[in-house]
Order: sequence, then C-alpha cells, then structure tokens
Amino acid sequence: MSTAIETLVNRDYQYGFVTDVEADTLPRGLNEETVRAISAKKREPAFLLEWRLKAYRRWLTMKEPHWSNVTYPPIDYQSISYYSAPKSTKPLGSLDDVDPELLRTYEKLGISLTEQKRISGVAVDAIFDSVSVGTTMKAELGELGIIFCSFGEAVQEHPELVRKYLGSVVPYSDNFFAALNAAVFSDGSFCYIPKGVKCPMELSTYFRINSADTGQFERTLIIADEGASVSYLEGCTAPRRDTNQLHAAVVELVALDHASIKYSTVQNWYAGDANGKGGIYNFVTKRGKAAGVRSKISWTQVETGSAITWKYPSVILQGDYSTGEFYSVAVVNNHQQADTGTKMIHIGRDTKSTIISKGISAGHGNNSYRGQVKVLRKAEGARNYTQCDSMLIGNQCGAHTFPYIEVDNNSSVVEHEASTSKIGEDQIFYCKQRGLSAEHAISLIVSGFCKEVFQNLPMEFALEAQQLLGITLEGSVG
Amino acid sequence: MLEIIDLHAGIADREILKGISLTVRAGEVHAIMGPNGSGKSTLAQVLAGHPAYEVTGGSATYDGEDLLALPPEERAQKGIFLAFQYPVEIPGVTNAYFLRAAYNEIRKSKGLDEIDPMDFADLVEERLRLVDMDREMLQRAVNAGFSGGEKKRNEILQMAVLGPRLAILDETDSGLDIDALRVVAHGVNSLRRPDNATIVVTHYQRLLNYIVPDRVHVLAGGRIVKSGGKDLALELEARGYDWLVEAAPAGVAGAAV
Repeated sequence: MSTAIETLVNRDYQYGFVTDVEADTLPRGLNEETVRAISAKKREPAFLLEWRLKAYRRWLTMKEPHWSNVTYPPIDYQSISYYSAPKSTKPLGSLDDVDPELLRTYEKLGISLTEQKRISGVAVDAIFDSVSVGTTMKAELGELGIIFCSFGEAVQEHPELVRKYLGSVVPYSDNFFAALNAAVFSDGSFCYIPKGVKCPMELSTYFRINSADTGQFERTLIIADEGASVSYLEGCTAPRRDTNQLHAAVVELVALDHASIKYSTVQNWYAGDANGKGGIYNFVTKRGKAAGVRSKISWTQVETGSAITWKYPSVILQGDYSTGEFYSVAVVNNHQQADTGTKMIHIGRDTKSTIISKGISAGHGNNSYRGQVKVLRKAEGARNYTQCDSMLIGNQCGAHTFPYIEVDNNSSVVEHEASTSKIGEDQIFYCKQRGLSAEHAISLIVSGFCKEVFQNLPMEFALEAQQLLGITLEGSVG
Repeated sequence: MLEIIDLHAGIADREILKGISLTVRAGEVHAIMGPNGSGKSTLAQVLAGHPAYEVTGGSATYDGEDLLALPPEERAQKGIFLAFQYPVEIPGVTNAYFLRAAYNEIRKSKGLDEIDPMDFADLVEERLRLVDMDREMLQRAVNAGFSGGEKKRNEILQMAVLGPRLAILDETDSGLDIDALRVVAHGVNSLRRPDNATIVVTHYQRLLNYIVPDRVHVLAGGRIVKSGGKDLALELEARGYDWLVEAAPAGVAGAAV
C-alpha cells in the first residue's frame, strides 16, 4: 500500500464549460483604432477616450515586467481580441432583458440572477467576457443612495464620480498591465457608498470569461465616502481551453475618513490541465487607498485557479490612524505558478497594517510570496505585522518568500515571521490512524493551516473557499 | 484477537523485523520490551499500517481478518489504536474538532449516524477527567505547542474517547515524569475491559509498575528472544538486556511466545 506523496491527478474543473452565444467580437489585434472602437461601442465621453489613448501611448513605451518568479512563453498582444460581448445584451438593460442562455450559465455557476432564487443579502453584478449582463438588488441599494452598477453604466450615469476617482489609486502609468487595462478595459463593477451609510448587504461581482482568444480586462472602482462601509466579494471562472488567456484587471478602492472597505476574492479561473496546458494568465493590479483618517481597507483572497497568478493587492495608508490588512491563501497544484503578495505603504501617522499569507504548493506548482512594507519618514508610530507561512505537499513543488521591508522612521515597529512546513506522510498517517481518509486528512490539515485567513471571509464564502481548496488539492496525495 | 506469525518487515531494503510471532487475546495486556533499535516501534508502526514500512513475509490476523491487507484508516475504524511515540502536530485544527472527526469516522464505518455534538461534549468531558486534562486543551490545536507530557496525555485522551479494541502504546512512558506516568497509567488501566487488549511497547520496566502486563516479550535484533510473565520485566530491570541479546542464537526464526 503505497501512499507516496507523488501521484498527481488533475481533478475535473467543473466550471470548464462554454456557453454558446452569438458574440460581438472585435478582430484580434491592438492599435489606437482598437482603443477608439471600444470607447465608441461604450459611447464614452471624451475625457475617457483621452485617458484611454494616453494609457495606450504610454503602454507602447513600456516593457512587460519579468521580475516575478514565474515563467511563460512571450505573449503576442496582437493575437488577442480586446472586446467580446454577447450580442443579446443591450447596454443598460434590466435583468428582464438578459438572454436566458446567460442566466442559465450563471445558474450553472451557482449564481442566480433571477429575482426568486437570489442568495439573500448579496447583490451581484455579473460580468460576461467584456460586459456586465446585469446587476441585482439595484433598487434596494438605490434607496440608501448606494450606487452599484457596471462600470459602463457608471460612466454614463455618474461621469463626475468616475472622472474624479478613475486612476486615482492605480494611475494608467502604474505598470505594463495596468496601462494595457486602462487602454482597453471594457467593463467591471462600480460601487459608491455615500457618507455615513453602512451597506446592509454583501456586494459581489462574478466574472466569467467565455469566448476564446479574448482577453478580459475589467476595471473595478469602489469608493466608500466618509463614515461609510462595505463588504465586497469577487468570484471568477472560465472555460477549459488549450490556449492561455490573458486576464489583466485593475481594482481601485478609495476609503475616505472613517470609511472601511473589505474586499474578498475567491479566484478560480481555469488553471490548465495536469500537464500545464492552457489556463488563465491572471495579471492583476489591485490597490486600495486608505485616504481618510481612521479609514480601513482589508483584502482577503483565496487564489486557487489560473495557470499563472501575478497579483499584489496593496494598501496605501495615507490617512492618519488608517489600517490596511491582507489575508491570503494561494494554492498551486500541477503546473500552476503564483507570485502574489501585497504592498503596505505607510504614509500617515500611527498607521497599522497586518499581512497574513498562506501559500500551499502541490504537484509541480510554484508559489512565491512577494511583499513590500514601506514606512515613510512621516509615518510616526506605524506598525506592521507580517506572517508568511508556506506549506509543501509532495517534493516537486516550490515555495519562495520575497519580503521587502523599508523603514524610514524610528518610531515604527515592523515584524516579520515566516515558516515553511511540509505535509508529510507522518501527518497524514496520524490522521489515518485515527480513522480519517487521506482526503479528509489533507483537507483538515490544509484548512487548519489556512484558518486565520478563512476566518476573515464572509461565511458563505468561507465554506466555498474551503471546498474549493479541497477540490484543488484532491489527488495531490496518492 | 491478534495473531502474528513469522512477521518480516523493514524499511528501504533493510529488514528490521525478522520473524515475529505473537498472539494477543481479548482482555490481555502484553508488554514488548527490548533495547533501542530492536524493532519495537517498527512492530507498532507495522501493525498500524505506516506506509514507510514494507512487510516482506509472514502474516497478522486481527479478529480473523488479514490485518496487513487493510489500509491504516480501516484498521483504525476496526478498533486498532496506536498511541504515537512522537504525536504529530496539526496546527489550526482544534483538539475538539479532531476528536469529533475521528469519532464520527469510526461511527460511519459501522453504519452509524454522526454523534450529536452535545452528547459528544459530555463524552469528552468525562474522558478528560480520566487523564486529568483541562477543558481548555480541547480548544488548542492538536498537539501544537504541547509539552512532551501533554502530547502523551493527549494520546491517551484520544484513546479514551475512541475506545479501541486493541491499543498499542508506543513508548508512551518516554519523557514522562512520575506524576504524568501515573496519570497515563491510570487512564490505560481504567479503559481495560475483558473485550479489549493492550500492547505496551516500552524500553523501561518503570511503566509496568503501573500497567501490569499478563505477558512480557523481549525483542532483540528483530526477534522475540524471550517471553514470560510480569516477573520477566523485573528481571530485565535488574539484569539489563545484554544477557538475553548475547544468549539469543543467531538465525533463530520466530522465537517461542
């Protein structure tokens, strides 16, 4: 009875199906005309087209970054289509107008957009390829003055807010992928919580890539005005395909005085097959600005999918006494690669940040934590606590830690703890000797390892994340 | 209950057990003693089904069933419990959760429903007293940050909750001070019943002052070189192991039980 921790079996990815809808797709390739075409399709105001063009021109001067600990063949940006929308979707349509085929797709993904079956207490914006197909609970939210809609809709109906905050946290010049996104982003979610309002339900966006050869470039902007608070969830899946697809999203969060934003992600893009063929390149820029006094931004992410993940949800702690948090579980199996972590930039006084990162590597997976803690000269009394744990399953995977700590202030305290452990046969045998199956043992050990992160997820999400983790790692121990 | 005949086993081409024969009946306590490296722990691990060890010959029958053909979790579900010499830590998983998961797996294997959490709490409460453990231990992660003594006690708590038919205690006395030793022995003795059996693996006679064995076997060089009653343990205490190890003729397979 050999239980050598080597055998790797790729478990079926249950979200790998394709929806057959007629799509309005731009031909492959990227030039200024592409940018103009996207902007025209979305009937955007001049300021936005100008911004896109500036971003595009900037992008042309930039080089794809290769400092991360991942490898992949060169991406041909001219072979990607930058816009694809189901033809049946009318812009600004109500949910009643949505193509039933699309509703069925989301049903299959476990997301119900129809009135009766909605998860209570959660409002959903569903993004299909390049466009939003619908947003639920809008009326209920509207009564509180909360704006929750697709980005495209926000551009039409609240251009002043878009203009004020777009690019204020992640400027178009920030990095190669952010510039690309700024040039060609198609849709995404927009959310504004007015002064003093605590959003009474979870807001969530569900991203679905459907068409082949299309990149997904969504942009999410969340603003919590003074004293406001919101909890936001994000989920993602894509069909199983042999080719790699690019997903380069940007998320910007702005929290004003005493406001708080909690942003949770369960990322389950198609990861490629057991041999590493296909899968999503998830190259994402997420950043929050804790702009106001005592504001708070908290990222929680569970990254289980994608062939490659390149993602560093960060917080700029600008307001005095502001707080930044980053809780992360990143899992790689088979040939997945993840280079993920965070940046905490302390600018205001008595700012406080916490980083809890849990990396799990199985199969031939390669997992890197990359984190920066920067305390500026004026950030008196700043504090950071970082805990960075890696777990290895099997002996062909890798775990790496790249912490960068920069402190320009004498009154600050920065703590960094790191550990690496291995799920050994001994741990599994111990559980088995108490009557547990190998699968049960691994899920127990792994959820114990990730406990501090799961505790920070909203409850329904925590369960989903835990199950997802079990599925991702299933078969990683023979 | 357990019948081992001419058992050979080893690790990575190195034979450690070179023909062990042993019969354990319900209600009995057997002590396996012997110098370091004699194969005591290997025997315990092989009986529990540790994947690192390969059985190369002989047989082990448990309640009439081929024990060696069963995966470790089924052995556990059928009532075999190994108190580990080095209990493993599982960070983030509370003792309470782990105990209940194990308890329910064993129930499920018998076709029973999961236990009601309140009933389980009562059961654990009662068993905690047996090993003189504080309730707050249940909320700590399995063995994580436990002292050596706490870990051993925790093994006995698990044993008390799971109620095995055949318990194998692998050097449970090592690293215990005299008070902890008494607590552990008291736990084991309280769990003795006519329908279960215990194998105590130990280097020292000390534990056998508290857990009185029916049979004592001396293991040396992967074989049982002598078996006897509880007095054998006292004799070993006085004379050490050398006289037995030297007296054992090389090449004897499966010394008498």
